[in-house]
Order: sequence, then structure tokens, then C-alpha cells
Amino acid sequence: MTPLLEARGLTKHFAVGRGLLGRGSGVVRAVDDIRFAIEPGRTLGVVGESGCGKTTTAKLVLRLEKPTAGQILFENEDVAGLEGAGLRKYRKSVQAVFQDPFASLNPRMRVDAIIAEPLITHERLDAPAVAARVAGLLDVVGLPARSRDLFPHEFSGGQRQRIAIARALALSPRLVVLDEPVSALDVSIRAQILNLLRDLQRELGLAYLFIAHDLAAVAHMSHVIAVMYLGRIVEIGDAAQVATAPQHPYTQALFAAALPAHPDERREEVVLAGEVPSPLNPPAGCRFHPRCPKVMANCSQHEPKLKLAGGREVACHLY
Amino acid sequence: MSGLLEVSGLSTQYVGARGTRVTRAVDDVSFTIEAGRTLGIVGESGSGKTTLALTLMRLLPPAARIAAGSVRFDGEELLSKSESQMRAIRGKRMAMILQDPMASLNPLFTVGDQIAETLRAHEATPRRTAWARARGLLAAVNIAAPERRVGEYPHELSGGMRQRVVGAIAISCGPRLLIADEPTTSLDVTIQAQYLKLLGDIQREHGLAMIFITHNLGIVARMCDQVAVMYAGRLVEAGPVRTIFNEPAHPYTRALIESIPRFGDATERLTAIEGQPPDPSALPPGCAFHPRCPLVVDRCRVEAPPESRVTAQHRTRCWMAAPAPADVLKG
Repeated sequence: MTPLLEARGLTKHFAVGRGLLGRGSGVVRAVDDIRFAIEPGRTLGVVGESGCGKTTTAKLVLRLEKPTAGQILFENEDVAGLEGAGLRKYRKSVQAVFQDPFASLNPRMRVDAIIAEPLITHERLDAPAVAARVAGLLDVVGLPARSRDLFPHEFSGGQRQRIAIARALALSPRLVVLDEPVSALDVSIRAQILNLLRDLQRELGLAYLFIAHDLAAVAHMSHVIAVMYLGRIVEIGDAAQVATAPQHPYTQALFAAALPAHPDERREEVVLAGEVPSPLNPPAGCRFHPRCPKVMANCSQHEPKLKLAGGREVACHLY
Repeated sequence: MSGLLEVSGLSTQYVGARGTRVTRAVDDVSFTIEAGRTLGIVGESGSGKTTLALTLMRLLPPAARIAAGSVRFDGEELLSKSESQMRAIRGKRMAMILQDPMASLNPLFTVGDQIAETLRAHEATPRRTAWARARGLLAAVNIAAPERRVGEYPHELSGGMRQRVVGAIAISCGPRLLIADEPTTSLDVTIQAQYLKLLGDIQREHGLAMIFITHNLGIVARMCDQVAVMYAGRLVEAGPVRTIFNEPAHPYTRALIESIPRFGDATERLTAIEGQPPDPSALPPGCAFHPRCPLVVDRCRVEAPPESRVTAQHRTRCWMAAPAPADVLKG
């Protein structure tokens, strides 16, 4: 299948510390030469800890940041080169739902105005047509029709996230970027929203870029999982395989650290020493080698490239 | 065996500005925790779990009042203690770890000062000795190069290290009970695993009893012997952790456990709980869970279920829970 969206050699560096007298400057390699593809109607899950570059990746896909190097191709067209009508079409095709539905909805707008805003910006519809679309969207995300006249503060967190999803769906996108869509919600509400997202994917053929630190939720939602560490993808492949038989020592440690769903569930204990180093000054060679329980002499000198191992791609000298 | 901490019939209310609106944040809660054991108190936002923790520590805000009940710690009634008596207990015999380490540490003082402060306040330790102990405590919570870190400020440490410092302060005076309120929510997964392992090690070493206040059943599964589930201010179910996970008696507990995604489970849909947690200041009549409950019957809508025993150690509040046969209760 041809991918809907493809990243090739995608890189984003941020300059830091160029303030006082131009000294002490450096570069944060937030995303460093990564490649992935998202197929229509499928979900790519991205996992990793703070500073691994997953949110920067989402921003690059949303074209909220411009890549330092590399490309994002959407239906074989380079996103960086889009302007005018082409860019408007891309913005319609790629929408986002963010973590905090308290911050992502304007408190002064009524729900119908929030959901209708993208329609008014992008499509020339008359008022009755807009109203009909808003009513349809509220129904799709499971909110009562009377919600349209209310303000965001009149809703709970889960309902607000439904409003944010309705807004994202207003323009019938092909791809929705989900950046921690359930982590701000109550436990009993998360399953509702995850189910809704799965249903919408099946009904509308949506592709998702799903970013979350809850590994079990990512494994549940994704077809493909990419594991990031300090700006690099260290393992990428079929979600079930990555989650149940991880190959890269970092992926193994990450999934071993995930909390059990049952007291009798005992995973192999891989407690990593230390913390994620600063992306300002990543370790030489494999970026994971200072924390790696299986580190070899080679690891501090040469950075491993992604290669096939156990049916997925892994960047590790063990394979 | 009598417990280290025995809570019975505890109710805490928030009273509105004009004294008319009363929110029952904690309503008739009873449980016991024995020395060296771990209890998980699970609930969603608004379930009253944090108010419960603050009640146990007697750290409630002025708008709250303890309406009824008893909290016996080590044989002493805490609710009748004066504020100065409580101050001698807090931080010394019972300590607390909060969610956000940056908010629990003072940014203007070094780590060493803040650990030493507790020691000096409770044990009148001389400054020099207190600093030496602070270094030892930093080493005990696995902070590398404690000689250097002890003189650093909180902003110089990572989130995981800050939470370790909070842990070091909490154990500095050798408490018997440690209450941890969402201690790892702000931490990354691998750092969370390190921290939980550290807390487990400290507990074994010092024979501490711990209470984990959390919304995360995974932490309960990983860390706790006993679990108590709160919903709308009430304990709806309590018992040994394996019993609760294997045979939950309350529909809310059952639904919570089933709603968590599991690895290697390829089911398309998760079991979701419909609706949303109630507003604590406007609880539904009868059983507060009835509007979301799949097993609801007429009685649930009008009458709140009393506590019943499923087995000798397993309690629940649900009209639909099967009553235990008499011989089970005796054992």
C-alpha cells in the first residue's frame, strides 16, 4: 500500500543559548534523521520518554515547525513546499487533538462555534449547511444535540475531548495527530475516548499518529509502533511484535517498566540506571549506550543504523 | 492483630462560604493498615482520596471539617490531638510525599538545608550532624555524588532526582507510616519504575507501612498488599489486592479493571464505563454509582447500600453483591 504520509530523513534542530554575546550556543537535536510511514486508515504509535522528540515529530507533521533537513511527503508531495491552495488542502487533511481539552478549547466560544470554525475558514457553506454539519459531528462523537449552545466550561474533561475530536473531524481529514489524547482524562473515561477513536477510524478510514506515554494504550491503538530515544527511532515495526517481544534494549527496558495490569503479572525486571541525557549533548555512538544493560565496546564509537531484526527494524549493534 | 493505623467511620466535609452547601468529600470511611504493609487507595478526581490523605495528616484547609469518625495511629487518637502535638507527629512518625516535587521543595534553599530542617525540627540535631545525615539520606535514595548534590538547589536536579529528595525528607526521621499521593504521576516510565523500586526497598529495609493514593491501578498491582476503592467519597470496595483483581465484587471496581488496555490483548474495544464521575457537591441519591452502573435496580436509586462482607477480609458497598455465607465470615 502506498503510504498516506511518509517522513524521510526528518530532522529538526533547535538553536539554544544564542542570547548573551552570542556565546555558549548549541544545538538541540530534537529529531534526528528519522523515517516512518503512515498508511491510510492505520495508526502509527510513537512512544518514548520526555525529550525523545515525539512532540516535535507531531509538530513537524502538523507543519507547525519546519524541518532542518529531510522531508515529509503527504500523498507523495513534499509538505515543506506547499503554499496557498495546496497548503490549505494539507491543513484540511491533517488535523490534531491535543492533551489538555481545558487549554485547547476557547472558553469564550460556544460549542457550535468551536466546531464550525474550521468549516467557515475552509469551506464555503451557508449557515444551515454548517448547522447540519455541526449537528452531525456532535452525533458522531456521542454528544447530545443541545451541547451546541453551551460553553466548554459546562462540560467534563471527557466531553471536552469529544468536542476537540468533533472539531478535528469537521473537515473530513485523512490523518489526525493525537498527542496524549487521554492522559488528562479520568481513568473511567479513557476507555470511552479510546473506543470512540477506534470506531471513528473504522467508520471514516482515518489514519492516526498516536503519541502517548501510556504504553499499553499505544499498543492497544496502534498498528505500527515507533520507539524514540533522544531524537532517534531505535525500533519500529508491527505493534504487537514490538510490544510483546521488544528487541532493542531500550524498548525492552521501557516495556518492562510499564506497570502491570494484574498483581500476578511479573515482567522481567530491567531497571535502567540514570536518566535520559540532555539532547543538547547526546552521547557519542549509540545514544543509549551509557544506560544500556547490554552495552558493548563498539557501542560508544559507532552509531547503529536501523536494520531488520525479528520482523521489524532495530538500531542496535546486537543485531 | 491491631493495626498501625485504624480509621473508622471517618467523614470529612467542605462547607461553602455561607455555611449552607456541604460537600461530603469523605463519607464514613473505615480501614486498617498494619505495620510494614502497603495499602492502595484508588479513585478518580473528586473521589475524595486526597481529602482522605489530608484528613489523616490533619492538613485540611480551613473550609474543611472532620464531621465524624476516628483515626487511631499507633494506639493514639489523632483527631483529638492539638495542632502542636500533630506537628510533633507529622514528618516524624508519619510522613507524606506529594505529586509534584517542585511544589514540595523550596526553590530558595539547598537540598541539604531542606533535609536538615526536618531533622533539626524534630530531633534538635546540630546543624553539622544534620548535614552529614542529609548526605547519607541522599545516598540512601540512590542519588549519585551526594556530597555535591547536598549543596545544590532543586532547579539543578531532574524531576526524578527531586522526587528522590522528597523521599529522603520523608524518611529522614524514621517514620512508621508513609503516605504517597500520586508520587510518580509527573515522572517518565523508566524513572517511575526506579522510584517505585526505591520506595519498595526503603519499605522493606525500615518496615514502613505505606499508603499509595493513586488513580492508577497499575501502581496498586505493582506495589500494594491491600486495596481500597473510593467512589464519590465512599469506600465502595476494600480487600487483599489479588482478591480485588480476581474477584471484584463492586461493578465500579470490575469496570475499572476491565477498562485498562492490556499488552497482547487484541480485543478491538475496551470495556468502557459510560457517563462520568459525579460532581462531589451534587451527588446522585441512593448509591452514587447508580447512574453509571450496568447492574442498577430500583433500590440503588433511592437507598445507599451499607457495607457488607464478601469474605472476612473483603468488604463492599453494593446491593447486588452476593451476601457471604455465615461460615465464610467466621473464618
